Amino acid sequence: MAMIEPAQIPLAGIPAPLIAGVVLATSLGLFAYIMYKRIGLLRVGLPDPRVDRIGERIKMMLLYGFGQLRQPRYLGAGIMHILLFAGFVLLSLRSLTLIGRGFAADFHLPLMGGSAGFAYEVIKDYVVLVVLVVCVVAIVRRAVFKPERYSHPGVEGHEGEAYIILGMVSALMLTDMIYDGAGLIGRGEPLQPGLFPAASLGAALLSGIGASTAQALHVLGYWAHILVFFSLLNFLPISKHFHVITAIPNVFFAKLDRGAIKPVRHDVKEWMDLPEGQIGAGTFQGFTWKHLLDFVSCADCGRCSDNCPANAVGRALSPKMISIKARDYAYEHYPVFGSPVQVNDKKFAGDIVTEQEIWACTTCGACERECPIFIEYIDKIVDMRRYLLDQGEIPQSLQKPLQQIKKKGNAYGGAKNKRAAWTKDLDGIEVRELEPGDSCEYLFFVDSCGSFDPRIQQISRSFARIMHKAGADFGILGKDESDSGNEVRRIGEEGLFEQIAEKNIEVLQERTFKEIVAFDPHAFNAIRNDYPVTFPVLHASQLMARFLAAGKIKLGGDYLQGRTVTYHDPCYLGRHNSLYDEPRGVLNRIPGMRLKEMTRSRSRSFCCSGGGLLLWYENEEEKERMGVRRIRMAEEVGAQVVVTACPFCLINLEDAIKVTGNEGKIEVIDLVELVDRSLI
Amino acid sequence: MDIIVCMKWTPDTSEADLAVDKKGMDIEKGDLDYDMNEWDRFAIEEAVRIKEKLGGKVTVVSVAPEEVEEVLRESLARGADEAFQLWDDACDGSDGYATAKVLAKFAQGRKFDLILTGTLADDDCAGQVGGMLAAMLGIPGATLVQKLDIADGTMTVLRELEAGLSEKLEIDLPAVVSVATGLNEPRFVSVRAVRKVASAEIPCVDLAALGLAGTDVGDAGARVRIEKVFLPPEGEGAEMIPGKPEEAAARLAAILKEKGGIS
Repeated sequence: MAMIEPAQIPLAGIPAPLIAGVVLATSLGLFAYIMYKRIGLLRVGLPDPRVDRIGERIKMMLLYGFGQLRQPRYLGAGIMHILLFAGFVLLSLRSLTLIGRGFAADFHLPLMGGSAGFAYEVIKDYVVLVVLVVCVVAIVRRAVFKPERYSHPGVEGHEGEAYIILGMVSALMLTDMIYDGAGLIGRGEPLQPGLFPAASLGAALLSGIGASTAQALHVLGYWAHILVFFSLLNFLPISKHFHVITAIPNVFFAKLDRGAIKPVRHDVKEWMDLPEGQIGAGTFQGFTWKHLLDFVSCADCGRCSDNCPANAVGRALSPKMISIKARDYAYEHYPVFGSPVQVNDKKFAGDIVTEQEIWACTTCGACERECPIFIEYIDKIVDMRRYLLDQGEIPQSLQKPLQQIKKKGNAYGGAKNKRAAWTKDLDGIEVRELEPGDSCEYLFFVDSCGSFDPRIQQISRSFARIMHKAGADFGILGKDESDSGNEVRRIGEEGLFEQIAEKNIEVLQERTFKEIVAFDPHAFNAIRNDYPVTFPVLHASQLMARFLAAGKIKLGGDYLQGRTVTYHDPCYLGRHNSLYDEPRGVLNRIPGMRLKEMTRSRSRSFCCSGGGLLLWYENEEEKERMGVRRIRMAEEVGAQVVVTACPFCLINLEDAIKVTGNEGKIEVIDLVELVDRSLI
Repeated sequence: MDIIVCMKWTPDTSEADLAVDKKGMDIEKGDLDYDMNEWDRFAIEEAVRIKEKLGGKVTVVSVAPEEVEEVLRESLARGADEAFQLWDDACDGSDGYATAKVLAKFAQGRKFDLILTGTLADDDCAGQVGGMLAAMLGIPGATLVQKLDIADGTMTVLRELEAGLSEKLEIDLPAVVSVATGLNEPRFVSVRAVRKVASAEIPCVDLAALGLAGTDVGDAGARVRIEKVFLPPEGEGAEMIPGKPEEAAARLAAILKEKGGIS
């Protein structure tokens, strides 16, 4: 039996290839126009150099773009997405082939004739079924199980778009099955479920139809497929599914340096001279083009918000909503058809994204670490803070500590000449306050908390004892040290950050040392990632690991007394600087260590609510302190000792111990203190 | 609406170890950092907000030595239009009365609609200058103002009273209003904001220019003489309550009942 192919059947008297040509040209023309407008949208953003380090970027794109490496962090949804993505890639050849068959009945892609083509046909047929199943599962999951992370509190959601897309993709698969299945029936060929499961299933479902119906369905399936395909193509860039097109470029252009904050402007060095209102991101146009690309690339998957500690405790922040609201704003103000509209005079930072959202962030980085396509949030939040701060609008609770840093170099209001006062109670150990010209092996950067907070001074003393015991030649900056500025910068006070960083750089350069060492991950991060001058800098855990490896210190005793220990990864040590194994390596050298990891550990660690200036920040919306939430997680694994490696985690978690009635039941201790207590 | 704000330059004693100087007439101030009186920050903010709404000019003045320049400059960064340092070495040792005299002379030489001050200063807490200034200028005054509204040439203020009471006053302009802290949320002053006013001139007005003599100010012009400054003697009667939390709490409750704190 002969089957007439779609290309050979005129529709309403018009030759099929002509229709195919018109459909192709119209769709591609429309798509090109929409993409032109969307790229134009990115052009309203500020410059952001993202084409350096091409090798690294290609690697990122292959691993995380095509490799989808972050997807399995959510195992079920991740696998489904990987299947869908792989299906898209594989079926793109099929789509091209089908488009070609509108012009010539026996069209095939180059090299896709013969056995390669046959093999592809087989693979494609399996993929069609897999994609169809995944779509059905996804629809059911959304409709019935309604995962919390897909919700859009407060604004109109884009739930409908998800169903449209899933429906369209399913339709693509079904029309393909009808086209192929009807073809099988029409040609009278036997079904080969083992080789062509989708086509065979299509034929089986259509069994019993006559030859003319088969012929009609073959043609109908074909044209329906083509129309759905081009509709989908054009729907993508106007919906939340733009990520299908932008995700891979977004990963390619991703921020490569974690831990650092972007400069105020990439294109203006003397940013302080910029006119009023142009510091930071007060308007949509105040973001960089890459940040705008982030906005339109967000797929609303909600993994960021699902991991955001601020969101977890009821603060106003939900990272994904920043992207969603920004995208809504973008599409409203920069429509595909017509010229840009100024609908209202709403401020982007303050009205679209509220001040409560902007100040709720601890910059812990959980959102960025989770995003499958590397959307950035910290830099955007900091840019919005920069704008608000330049307008004089920052929470009252943060004003005083910032002023103290400006005047005295520390948020505690302590006198500069008392910065080394903590060294007095060190029975016998002399801590050298380095003068200009002096040299040492390890320059111990104590930072403000280690110098002035009575609880944290204990860690400073512990660390001095450890270095003394190891016979290390070390010194401190003492009165010449200023706050590291890590939080000053993240609060958005760039001018003050530059001032204190310059001061620290100057005093550091006046002294010679092999390496800087800090036990506060915030100081460690600022010096390592934010300072414009590169210094060799270690975190205390790295130096202690080195001392242990070299046998310079030995650990013993039974301080832990068989208690169960858990380790809390500080954000600025783990997520921002990838130091997960060093502190654990040190822990495991302590005799009798019984380490039990919390569910949220390593890159999924849960922020204690932040350090530095954030210690002063009073949030009014939260229902529970983040530290309390964290202690509950420690309780879950039956921990009796929570070890951390950050002074602010220590303060927040010790507070939480008291609030949760765990005093005497759970002990929070800094890794440095634990090592000090275990020295033999 | 032209507004003069009187700002005091006070030592920051919050984290300092205070010591009385050798003469026993003052605290040791050598190592202390100085700052804008907290109350006056609210006065400056209020003045700038009124100006932003109604137009006009905000002038900030301070009777203080030249080191005050930094905080006067900060007041420009907060939105004031001009700032003056009123000073002569003879002013050293002025009390509230002598200081008010200097400020009154400055105000008399200018056109103004309103004078704002903080009600108190962080250091001596005397709370004299606002009232005396109003009296010297012969215009109405109000203290502890927690809300201020100006519309159609009349000013309505809310005053904070004891026990949560508020008093509403209508006051003719010009007037002297001494504000309470918390009547607004003072804006943040960034490093950039200060840099923008880095080159603004902050003139010093001396006694001659004000039409005052050296004997009008300082110790000579003061009406209050300090006898002695001292740290209060350590009191007796503090009782540390030992024991378990429940026992300590029970003992504390008993003491409070005994002394009439709770019934």
